[in-house]
Amino acid sequence: MGESLDGVKGKRVVFVTVGTTCFDALVKVVDSQEVKDELLRRGYTNLLIQMGRGSYLPTKSTGDDGSLAVDYFTFSSSIAEYLKSASLVISHAGSGSIFETMRLGKPLIVVVNEDLMDNHQSELAEELAERKHLYCARPPTLHLTIASMDLKSLVPYSPGDATPVAKLINRFLGFPED
Amino acid sequence: MEKNISCSFSDLSSNLGISCFIAFITIILVRVIYVIYRTGKPLSKRSPQALSTLIVLGSGGHTAEMINLLLVLQKDRFTPRFFIAAATDNMSIQKARVLESSWADSSGVKGISAEFMQIYRSREVGQSYITSVWTTLVAMVHALWLMIKIRPQVVLCNGPGTCFPLCVIAFIFKVIGIRWSSIFYVESIARVKRLSLSGLLLYKLRIADQFFVQWPQLHRKYPRAHYVGCLM
Repeated sequence: MGESLDGVKGKRVVFVTVGTTCFDALVKVVDSQEVKDELLRRGYTNLLIQMGRGSYLPTKSTGDDGSLAVDYFTFSSSIAEYLKSASLVISHAGSGSIFETMRLGKPLIVVVNEDLMDNHQSELAEELAERKHLYCARPPTLHLTIASMDLKSLVPYSPGDATPVAKLINRFLGFPED
Repeated sequence: MEKNISCSFSDLSSNLGISCFIAFITIILVRVIYVIYRTGKPLSKRSPQALSTLIVLGSGGHTAEMINLLLVLQKDRFTPRFFIAAATDNMSIQKARVLESSWADSSGVKGISAEFMQIYRSREVGQSYITSVWTTLVAMVHALWLMIKIRPQVVLCNGPGTCFPLCVIAFIFKVIGIRWSSIFYVESIARVKRLSLSGLLLYKLRIADQFFVQWPQLHRKYPRAHYVGCLM
């Protein structure tokens, strides 16, 4: 992972996901020269975009000329493999994508969709950003976040536990303690 | 003379009608107060048998969070299981089927002891609150139909709009005496500072027996809720 001295780079993939939503603003800004240049500057080689129900189509690129290699697809039944092989994940603020990515220990930038009415998603992204588990950005400021992020400062997220709830439910119903 | 007699008969029958109506309303009110009083108090039965369980699924993260919870509940205590998802939400039903067949495989049981149903939505994401009144009524009738068939003893839900009509009907069943159920509501992990609409209604109306929140900010705002930390 990372560059070696002669410029022979290991592949470092940035995976962008919008889940099952339509989030053209994110796909557009990720496909912008500003963001792509910033990603190149930070040492990434490939950009893979899962664009969901959006209508904006990114420009594919092989990256042979030293630019960022760009590819995209709409949906996949499971993005786990894409997450696992990514060096950086840029995701919409859906809780499923966020927790799946954090469970895999991947660095994550969450981009909140400002076009959504009653945006309760931003609460979760902001709270986790405050706890330094991920970076939070808006489409217009994404390139700044990429430029200034320090991934080593991110705190790993310890998975949650549903057993306290199960205990309370069982106790309420009168089931014996295990 | 005859006119007076017929007048008093109609007076009598209308008085009787009004008295019956008042008595009926009073009984219902007493039952409602009793149900609200008993709501949230642990069941007095020790070591119950398996309890029929209704599990409400929802689009977005709801189903994933619900499955996460189901994985730590003992399957033989919560059976038979009935899964309900919104009519337009096939992915949730699919995920539940996958979970149930993996359970059936691992316990060597032939066939699945769970049922999967879909219900009209009270409200689509982004739908105006005014038109939602009508769609919620339609959803309520459909929910009533399903609930009469299921009559669950346990209701598990975590926030989608579909759960509100189902919980209200479960509450009504308690009032009328059709079935006493224990209603558990886990507010979604995505709710950090504000409750969802379903959550707020079920909390304020004291319909849920136990109300769980995953973030301390919500526990401070809603002290009757149980703070259980993050489930995911």
